[in-house]
Amino acid sequence: MSNGQSRFHVPAPPFRPGDAPDFSHLDLQKAGEAKRPDPLTAPAKMTDLAFGMIGVLDHNHQAVGEWDPRLSPEVLREGLSHMVLTRIYDARMLKLQRQGKMSFYMKSLGEEAVAVAGAMALEQSDMVFPSYRQQGILFARGRNIVDMMCHCISNSRDNLKGRQLPVHYTWAEGNFFSISGNLGTQFPQAVGYAMGCAYKGEDTIAASWIGDGTTAAPDFHAAMTLASTYRAPVILNVVNNQWAISTYEGIAKGDAATFASKGLGYGLASLRVDGNDFLAIYAATKWAADRARKGCGATFIELFTYRADAHSTSDDPARYRPKNEFEVWPLGDPIERLKNHLIGLGEWDEDRHAKLEEQMTALVVKSYKEAESHGTLHDGPLSPTHTIFEDVYATEDWRLRRQRQDLGV
Amino acid sequence: MPAMNMLQALNSAMDVLLDKHPETVIFGEDSGYFGGVFGATQGLQKKYGLDRVFDAPINEAAIAAMAIGMAAKGLKPIAEIQFADYIFPAFDQIVSEMSRLRYRSAGEFVSPVVVRAPWGGGIRGGQTHSMSPEAFFTHVPGVKVVVPSNPYDAKGMLIAASEGDDPVIFFEPKRIYNGPFDGVPDAPLSSWAKHPKGEVPEGHYRVELGKAEIVREGEACTVITYGTLVHVAVNAAAKAGIDAEIIDLKTLAPYDIETITASVNKTGRVVVAHEAPRTSGFGAELAAQIQEECFYALEAPIFRLTGWDTPYPHAHEWAYFPGQARFIRALQTVTEAR
Ligand SMILES: Cc1ncc(C[n+]2csc(CCOP(=O)(O)OP(=O)(O)O)c2C)c(N)n1
Repeated sequence: MSNGQSRFHVPAPPFRPGDAPDFSHLDLQKAGEAKRPDPLTAPAKMTDLAFGMIGVLDHNHQAVGEWDPRLSPEVLREGLSHMVLTRIYDARMLKLQRQGKMSFYMKSLGEEAVAVAGAMALEQSDMVFPSYRQQGILFARGRNIVDMMCHCISNSRDNLKGRQLPVHYTWAEGNFFSISGNLGTQFPQAVGYAMGCAYKGEDTIAASWIGDGTTAAPDFHAAMTLASTYRAPVILNVVNNQWAISTYEGIAKGDAATFASKGLGYGLASLRVDGNDFLAIYAATKWAADRARKGCGATFIELFTYRADAHSTSDDPARYRPKNEFEVWPLGDPIERLKNHLIGLGEWDEDRHAKLEEQMTALVVKSYKEAESHGTLHDGPLSPTHTIFEDVYATEDWRLRRQRQDLGV
Repeated sequence: MPAMNMLQALNSAMDVLLDKHPETVIFGEDSGYFGGVFGATQGLQKKYGLDRVFDAPINEAAIAAMAIGMAAKGLKPIAEIQFADYIFPAFDQIVSEMSRLRYRSAGEFVSPVVVRAPWGGGIRGGQTHSMSPEAFFTHVPGVKVVVPSNPYDAKGMLIAASEGDDPVIFFEPKRIYNGPFDGVPDAPLSSWAKHPKGEVPEGHYRVELGKAEIVREGEACTVITYGTLVHVAVNAAAKAGIDAEIIDLKTLAPYDIETITASVNKTGRVVVAHEAPRTSGFGAELAAQIQEECFYALEAPIFRLTGWDTPYPHAHEWAYFPGQARFIRALQTVTEAR
């Protein structure tokens, strides 16, 4: 650690392009080993959960240990189906972006379980404050795919009137808060919303997700302070996919602690969870939601996962990390793991899986055709130009009225 | 009607809002138990309980964000920033989030928050307790910016702000919390007691946002200002014996263009005045708009009377503040220009 002399220190990831990645240095707690305390336990009595790793699916794809949520095969198949759809949707949208049909896109490859399991463990009436990589929530909540695509291509049917960068969805009806392009701002807003739920005496809660890089932002600390101060019924998730564009996770937290352990100083129940384990995420989220609804306040969750593809369509990860890192990464592929678990239960097989993939591909292709029939960013039609002056204020004032007239719309 | 100072009027506004609207919640640093460092929320926690009026951590971003989340849930938060100088940590939440939520979500989510902040100099606050950062916010589409100059407007506008559907940045000129200020630092402290705008109804009333008021009619020139300087302007015009028309802008975004142009077309001479630094200050916006709309009526260059392009200096506060003497010179310059 130290040679007894102060030195300027900048942490660096263990591997760069050209290196052979090897994750044997990670001392990951095995699935089934973590204790599952009663959700009403005081945070100080379960600090070990911030350093270990809550996992349910073991190497043989069996559900083990106290955190097994014992979900029915129907629920597991539903989760699998949402994850498969997310992956196929993402792949298709990336292709369309490459064909010039979309200005920009962001995939969630490798971290589909985070959004899907999290959303399924919540109630539909709970408000989610996601970042841009939880599109899986929308599938789990039944958002119309055509509407999602219309937003991404900013056409005349875009519910956001062509104002947002693709993937920055809003869906009030589905209790999906409007995604901001400014990192982390939604984290303390979610706490405020949760406080509003408590104020109104409802048992709805809020949940929010940010990336590992964003934990360095002031809003992260704002949210943690609010959540602990006001014991807000909120679940604050950090999706540790290990990369913030080209910057590795250590630049946000140093190279010693875990992200989950940051919750301890705030007195929050803090869990570190295998983010590629559908069952573990489901169980941890359910547990946290339970605590929130029972008045025990907020839970802070680190979901340990890996961003398998580029940050966005403007990024090339081969320039900053080994190409095969995801393949050797020890927590595997969340879809494969759930699929194999279901197969092990005798509730799924390769044929059915292939059929599911076919079905989802067909749905995505068909949906895009329909979306395109409402226009594209490139060829129009877009929402009418006068809409750029709408929704700035509840009612248009003279400045906007004159400017709209100036533009002749 | 009882006489109230501006703090009492603001307190009364919040009392009315808490009483009338169960979704109103009030919070800020020291705003709960203690009632605010200036006392604006005094007694409200005791009357309405800990869950209606409460203390917030010293994290302005958290305060603004919490308000946004609460508003999205249908509450009506009134958030206090202890001094306007400390609004910058909350800048991103206000500028990128609160102001734009309606626009970015095409109306699916809204954020009708009121952010109150004691504003402006004149209390020996040094550079960190004296700022008037209004121009940063008038530049932001989606927020309204208000600066009342008297107890009557302060109460009526705070109620209107909280009952409206848009986010409002509500700046309170702290120099005149207790009484008007004529711009002469050594003059004895005055009180709102005998001022017509110090008569404030106890109950509910609104003063519409976006409307200016002509506080003194005149023919020789038009003075456009807001906050503490409204009183300095009135006194300066009287002292100089200049027949100035004085407009109290009250709302800076959106400002009342009609009242301004009607007056400028009548007088042909203009002083725009604020305490904030000159460069890119709100006076620049007013001057540009006036020359666009009233160019042929102008008989002299528009005079900008402002603070200097420096932070607010503690020891030299009165050299910074556009007090009565500078005001009189400005009025003379504009009216004598040929
Ligand atoms: C306030 C702010 N700063 C910078 C950016 C540019 N930016 C977009 S994504 C990103 C990296 C975020 O990484 P992380 O939080 O780990 O989330 P991930 O992309 O890995 O899901 C950056 C720096 C931004 N959108 N907002």
